Amino acid sequence: MKPKQYLLWMAAAAAVSISFSACRPKGAGSAVSGNAAQRTYVPPGQYDEFYNFVSGGFSGQMSVYGLPSGRLFRVIPVFSVDPEKAWGYSEETKPMLMTSHGFVPWDDLHHIESSFTDGMPDGKWMFANSNNTPRLARIDLTTYRTAEIIEIPNTGGNHCSPFTTENSEYVIAATRFSVPPDGPQGDVPISSYKQNFKGHISFVSVDKETGEFNIAFQLKTPGLNFDLSSAGKGVSNGWLFLSCYNSEQAHTLLEVNASQNDKDFILAINWKKAEEYFKAGKGTKQTNVRYAHNKYNEHTHSATHEIKTEVTVLDVADFEDLAYLIPCPKSPHGTDVNPTGEYIVGSGKLAALIPVFSFDKIQKAIAAGDFESERYDGIPVIKYESALHGEVEKPGLGPLHTEFDDKGNAYTSFFVSSEVVKWNVEKLEVLDRQPTYYSVGHLMVAGGNSKKPYGKYLVAYNKITKDRFLPTGPELCHAAQLFDISGDKMELLLDFPTIGEPHYAQAIPADVIKDRSLKIYDINANNHPFKANGEGDARVERDGNIVRVYMTTIRSHLTPDVIEGIQQGDEVYFHITNIEQDWDMPHGFAIKGAGNSELLIMPGETQTLKWVPDRVGIFPFYCTDFCSALHQEMSGYVRVSPKGSNVALTSYAGNK
Amino acid sequence: MKQLAIILVLGILIYACSSGGKQSSENGSTNTETQQQPTDYDPNRGEGKFDHVDVGEKLDVQLAKDGKVVADLKCASCHKYTDERLVGPGWAGVTERHRPEWIMNFITNPDPMIDKDPKLLAQLEICLVRMPNQNLSDEDARKILEFMRENDGVK
Repeated sequence: MKPKQYLLWMAAAAAVSISFSACRPKGAGSAVSGNAAQRTYVPPGQYDEFYNFVSGGFSGQMSVYGLPSGRLFRVIPVFSVDPEKAWGYSEETKPMLMTSHGFVPWDDLHHIESSFTDGMPDGKWMFANSNNTPRLARIDLTTYRTAEIIEIPNTGGNHCSPFTTENSEYVIAATRFSVPPDGPQGDVPISSYKQNFKGHISFVSVDKETGEFNIAFQLKTPGLNFDLSSAGKGVSNGWLFLSCYNSEQAHTLLEVNASQNDKDFILAINWKKAEEYFKAGKGTKQTNVRYAHNKYNEHTHSATHEIKTEVTVLDVADFEDLAYLIPCPKSPHGTDVNPTGEYIVGSGKLAALIPVFSFDKIQKAIAAGDFESERYDGIPVIKYESALHGEVEKPGLGPLHTEFDDKGNAYTSFFVSSEVVKWNVEKLEVLDRQPTYYSVGHLMVAGGNSKKPYGKYLVAYNKITKDRFLPTGPELCHAAQLFDISGDKMELLLDFPTIGEPHYAQAIPADVIKDRSLKIYDINANNHPFKANGEGDARVERDGNIVRVYMTTIRSHLTPDVIEGIQQGDEVYFHITNIEQDWDMPHGFAIKGAGNSELLIMPGETQTLKWVPDRVGIFPFYCTDFCSALHQEMSGYVRVSPKGSNVALTSYAGNK
Repeated sequence: MKQLAIILVLGILIYACSSGGKQSSENGSTNTETQQQPTDYDPNRGEGKFDHVDVGEKLDVQLAKDGKVVADLKCASCHKYTDERLVGPGWAGVTERHRPEWIMNFITNPDPMIDKDPKLLAQLEICLVRMPNQNLSDEDARKILEFMRENDGVK
């Protein structure tokens, strides 16, 4: 093609594409500023500025992305089994998914929150909640593994969770669906909701050193639905704010029946006071509960599961100075406290304005007894105007969540009008609005729930993607959209797909946590009861029909790799110790016909795969993770003989 | 033959580019000499934190005993203590072939040495597996060295 002709074609193509985008109002091709690619490009071999921990929603997992690149680094299995990492398949991890209902292989992971020290992410742990079978999880940020899961009793739908206090003294879990308290008296007509259904707010303490959970106490409340919460910080440290919907206490067709009242509530709890009452023994011990407490031990490389049967409950109506309700327009969703702790933003899903409450005014109203004439099920109701700092007028449709930057601004997501709106907290003025593609749910500003937000980036987590990516059939990915918020106007930089449905997320500067990351497990600190302490310790032992294979892996062989004397129907446990001590040198393990997953064994770790051979023959096994030039050679055979066979139990690798 | 020569020349050029690249970019702004430094790799000492390791005339029996415990766990899956090759070469005679500091440097710092040491490069062509870094402490490395000496007949 001649140069002139080429130019003409280029011009024509440009003209066509411009005219296409011109007549498409909110299409996939909407313009971003010229150097967006440069601002999100992280060159090969270089690191992102932030870790972004993102909820995986109905996948049950948590994902780790880099910002600003949007690159996916890891999916951490939490509440759902994951055959890639043997989570819930290996003998060591099975106890992590045990509950009072038995083994539960799936859940709906909703929100994520950092552990905090003095209101700032300290990089120790991430907390996550499961919405369906109510649980809390703690993820260790040295191993990027789930270290602990605790079940929450007296709760039906753990949505209002896992938000923590200023120093992560407590992680909060509150029921989305009020239910009768656990136990046999729960067999009541559903229509008796108003008499028998109760809310419970759990205060789960976190050990400052080990992170270990303990349900310290629960607060029993009227049968409200708790949606989201935010702990006070700075001036409001010691308080907790929870959004409540269904103040109507409807039990059927909530879409209509729980949307009757002009205002629902934000519940303000003086948690320091509650802690005082609990420590003074004012609570009641409830002993008909059953909840699981599962812990993963990094030294035995194994999880333990126990059922607990006791919880201390305080009924908020029994105390004068524990809980106050603040009227909040129309089914509030997010309740978010600004960095100073002075302002509490309530986002009524069906409201046409955003009310902002003042902590100082709330305190004055409480001191002055400035309450509505009637209590709500025994709880004083502060007058709306007495608590109100002001309202943001006509912000958008369907406000859901609010995050904050380091300059006194708030960012609220609007599901119905599909936009993010920036406004000034003090002045209540709308400053900017940018469309999202499409229907944003949660949003996150880096450090946007801390005392000193990092600002710079905002990520909108959208519920609907439609035409944003190449189509993949009826089911499409959810998506994140990265905005630069360092200037006056928010600038869209990048779209990236996410796993599951991203509810909340956290972003932490890479420098705060990257050096904490563990590289290997010290083989000498490995206290697994079935560890093979070096190749000389590798062996096979039979006890009745239980056969234990103590196997080692190192580039590029498994020891033993010849095993005979296994019988059909035996319970065979492959206890595999990876004796490598080098970073990024896991080995894998799989055996033909195993009704199970693979194993990935990290350097210095021992993990176990159970296998019950169902037929006679020779079964190959191999390393599933390409490890070296001779990876293909990293394999072995098991001979399975009929039950009662006299083939001797033997095993070796190399010369017999 | 002509083609091979071209490939060879190309190869040299590419090598020259790659090895000089880092240095020239570091010095690019100061415009000082960009000539490549002659390699300072010492094949007798190896590369690592050990310049000189004093081994006694006699064996430290306890140290050698401790060394065998570490070696059994971290080394024996690939090395026999005889002259027979398994994944890596057998250990018999290793303390006669290499200086103590070379051994300690290699077992604590294998990757950089495999890239540079002529003997290790030759060994890699035979074994095809890079010796893993087994995260040995300095003390563990010294213990292993003593066990190697015992294995080579030092009393």
